[in-house]
Amino acid sequence: MGFDTAYEAINEGEDPGHRWAYGTGFTDPLAGVDTTLPSGVDGADLAAYCLMLGDDALIMSHRLQQWLARAPELEEETALANIALDLLGQARLLLSRAGAADGSGRTEDDFAFGRSEREFRSVRLAEVTDADFAGLIARLVAFSTWRLALLDRLRSSRDPVLAAVAAQGVRELTYHRDYAAQWLVRLGDGTDYSRERMVAGLAAAAPLVPELFEPVEVELRLAGAGVAVDPSTVRAEFDGVLATVLDGAGLQWPDVPGLAPVSGQAGRDGVHTEAMGYLLAELQSIARSMPGAVW
Amino acid sequence: MSASAVLSSVELAWRVAADTPDPELPMVTVADLGILRDVTMDGPRVTAWLTPTYSGCPALREIRADVAGRLAAAGFADVEVRTVLSPPWSSDWITAEGRRKLLAAGIAPPSGSAPRRAAGPVPLTLTAAPGRAISCPQCGSGDTERTAAFSATACKDLYRCRSCAEPFEHVKEI
Repeated sequence: MGFDTAYEAINEGEDPGHRWAYGTGFTDPLAGVDTTLPSGVDGADLAAYCLMLGDDALIMSHRLQQWLARAPELEEETALANIALDLLGQARLLLSRAGAADGSGRTEDDFAFGRSEREFRSVRLAEVTDADFAGLIARLVAFSTWRLALLDRLRSSRDPVLAAVAAQGVRELTYHRDYAAQWLVRLGDGTDYSRERMVAGLAAAAPLVPELFEPVEVELRLAGAGVAVDPSTVRAEFDGVLATVLDGAGLQWPDVPGLAPVSGQAGRDGVHTEAMGYLLAELQSIARSMPGAVW
Repeated sequence: MSASAVLSSVELAWRVAADTPDPELPMVTVADLGILRDVTMDGPRVTAWLTPTYSGCPALREIRADVAGRLAAAGFADVEVRTVLSPPWSSDWITAEGRRKLLAAGIAPPSGSAPRRAAGPVPLTLTAAPGRAISCPQCGSGDTERTAAFSATACKDLYRCRSCAEPFEHVKEI
């Protein structure tokens, strides 16, 4: 069976409507996957952990999507769209895993569109806006380097679903990190102007980096059970990669203090920056104004 | 009809499911791409097992519906389509036939097998040029360069031929 164009294939048959990938009503990405909890793993803890990793991907993906039609070149537009799509795919699997693990049966849409800001568990680095392309690149280098190190270790998680999502994600994040790192070198080692912008981008992202390595209780409990990764253990790998990239760019990691938690709470506790409310207002606007709508 | 032409139900189900074109690369089938992992039968129930190429592959929903629809149209009344996440899809699973069809459509197939990773952290690549030579699907020249690491679908990147000056897509080795 072959077709000359994708449109012929899409419109083949009597009911081609299901072939158009838009709207709602997407199939559960874990359809047919065994989501039984491994012995000794607490379902509520696993769900909380999957929401952390899933929310990181969902929120970062949304920020990347906001770059579409604003990127400096068509190739960068395509790259950012691909990275956003990979992260959205990871988010869908992880949010679905959370709903299966906690026994609530909540779907990816319930989690993405039905929670309030305080219920999102993403790190604050994922949600902040970018002043310019260099700002995005600084944030993407930090985010993808950190997430790649985490997922690489999660390939051996005792939860087989989490391990499978991680194994797939590692190959995607390898591309994301290379892309962002190559741009960091190009901008840092480019003109005086591009260097100035890259330095400013790093200075904006750096205060949000210490939070990435602060474990919360659930992570430590699950790390002890062989399910999760204590994020403090990936700091050395992160620093090593950043040192290589910065060396190529002829830049230094900025010596700035971390953004302080609020009353000891940060993204993992549901305490976000001002940017998060605006982001969710956009992400959830259709679902909130027309609950249950399909199109 | 000779005995060898008689297909068992599970063989027929495999052939029907395997013939499903990929919605984004309609010149190849799900079997050519290695997305269709297995077709099994348990009594009257047919189960088709699919592996997505990338986490966010938006075509998977359409592929699921197409495979189920084709099996139903072929007379299988009890059909389910299940996702297999592990092991993750690899471009090594694209068949020789699939590679031939991609090339004929002007898309460079994966060059050799997916990279094998050594122990330790995932290596960082700071040079834009990838390590393997990709031949131009139009003129066959090996004098090509990668112009972008991402393309119109998650599984491909973009190249340009320095000999015939044609741009082309290439299926990444993963």
